[in-house]
Amino acid sequence: MSAPARVESSAPVDQPATGAGTTAATVQYLLRLGDDALVLAQRLGAQLTRAPQLEEDVALANIALDLLGQARPLLARAGELEGRGRDEDALAFLREERDFLNCQLVEQPDVDFAGTIARQLLFSCYQLPLLQALTTSADEVLAGVAGKGVKEVAYHRDHAVQWTLRLGDGTEESSRRMQAALDRLWPFAAELFESDDLVRSLAVRGVAVDPASVRPRWDADVDAVLAEAGLARPSSVRVATGGRRGLHTECFGYLLAEMQHLARSHPGATW
Amino acid sequence: MPVTDPSPALQAAVEPDEAALAERFERTVAAEERIEPRDWMPEAYRKTLIRQIAQHAHSEIIGMQPEGNWITRAPSLRRKAILLAKVQDEAGHGLYLYSAAETLGVDRAELLDLLHAGRQKYSSIFNYPTPTWADVGAIGWLVDGAAIVNQVPITRCSYGPYARAMVRICKEESFHQRQGFEILHHLSSGTPEQHAMAQDAVDRWWWPSLMMFGPPDDASPNSARSMAWKIKRFSNDELRQRFVDMAVPQAEALGLTLPDPELRWDAESGHYRFGAIDWTEFHEVLRGNGPCNALRVEHRVRAHEEGAWVREAADAYAAKHAARAGAEVAA
Repeated sequence: MSAPARVESSAPVDQPATGAGTTAATVQYLLRLGDDALVLAQRLGAQLTRAPQLEEDVALANIALDLLGQARPLLARAGELEGRGRDEDALAFLREERDFLNCQLVEQPDVDFAGTIARQLLFSCYQLPLLQALTTSADEVLAGVAGKGVKEVAYHRDHAVQWTLRLGDGTEESSRRMQAALDRLWPFAAELFESDDLVRSLAVRGVAVDPASVRPRWDADVDAVLAEAGLARPSSVRVATGGRRGLHTECFGYLLAEMQHLARSHPGATW
Repeated sequence: MPVTDPSPALQAAVEPDEAALAERFERTVAAEERIEPRDWMPEAYRKTLIRQIAQHAHSEIIGMQPEGNWITRAPSLRRKAILLAKVQDEAGHGLYLYSAAETLGVDRAELLDLLHAGRQKYSSIFNYPTPTWADVGAIGWLVDGAAIVNQVPITRCSYGPYARAMVRICKEESFHQRQGFEILHHLSSGTPEQHAMAQDAVDRWWWPSLMMFGPPDDASPNSARSMAWKIKRFSNDELRQRFVDMAVPQAEALGLTLPDPELRWDAESGHYRFGAIDWTEFHEVLRGNGPCNALRVEHRVRAHEEGAWVREAADAYAAKHAARAGAEVAA
């Protein structure tokens, strides 16, 4: 963590084959993906010692570790392309809430195990096809993270699917809780597939994948699981948005306060 | 199955040859061979192992809490990943150890109930709090260090499943200890505030770590029999001395002091001599009056109770699907 946050001085370093505009856009895109993984890892890490059984403590920790392992090279790459001397820790611990570009779904708190699983289902069914498409990204770090991540996220999705089936088709209480969790989190799903000029321009250059393109696969996968589990697809009208522009739900400030407190309390220290 | 009673069928099956079986058991232990789950064993041996392995398993899962306390606040992403992996290892150790206990005819759910009801213990060390990041380092260095000294001899325990579980656990613990040492080393050579944080944590964890080896030999009622059965290989005081001899030069390498004015090298014996341990504190914590006894058990019970509906759902799902599979076979 060598540099202070939000330094506005030197210009971003250009990639050889692309312009400064593309580099700046790539930084934003890497932060979106990296922040998704980091924030979800932070939520899951907090569940360790609180799982319904020991096997789940192990499983949730594994998923958190995989996501953290994805976040670190993505943030490091963002810092490198940005060219302002910020490393993964400066980006994780010294940015303000408005500078985090994760979707709002991943920051939603763990109300109960059904909520943890519903969040995992909605996210992993999105992340898997996204990473599959990113394995051929023109950015080699992104392609590398995607190549490794595909294998990991296939397990995350399987874990979420298996639990959704068990909770949906388990007891009356588990079915009620799982449905309530889906209803609660459904408004945050649409944001996963939001497309904008930034991502579309990067998609044209082969760096990014337009998230709208993975929506049909997500719909099919999620619908199939919900049908088998005897759960209803929520018919929520509210659509949450803003995460990709740094607008977050109220719970997020607390997550960052907890995550960043120690690092910020010792400016300039290394750990 | 209750912890205490052998099944009547087993009793009937073994009684005719009990003397011969007992002799074979003694021979196996004396020859440094392993007792395996299917072998005959004295009931007291079985009970002693269940108690010890369960306590060890409980220590692993309660021990997840003081360090888990820092996962969300770890000061770098690298440290966060290491700590997550470490606490996950402890859950894994709990799983191996409960499995080892299950080979003796108890099940995990029953042992967890005993832990939650306060009828089985876990290592008292985890009843101390982790108020600072340096505590994560001190636990790794001192607590895992003491655990390794305690546990390496158990890899030669006469009971096969326990001995084999310990081989893997000791490898991972050794990794954890080096990670703890590295955290403290980094803090000790960091800013003055970081150095002070490291020294404070070592000051608080040193004496409780020495207590981890249990009461002095002359006050350790179960030791002699466990030694005869080769469950235990060295006395509490021997292991404690081994730990002190190992830790003192490491503290010097860390640039930290140990909070014992009587600590000194004794050239004649080739050991470090240390001051008197406050056994009153040890017994108070053991009796439930440590700083975090209530907190640790409450946290565990809450996770267990809040997870009950999830476990019930998994059971109900399995039963439904078994019934459906059965109906399909019948049709």
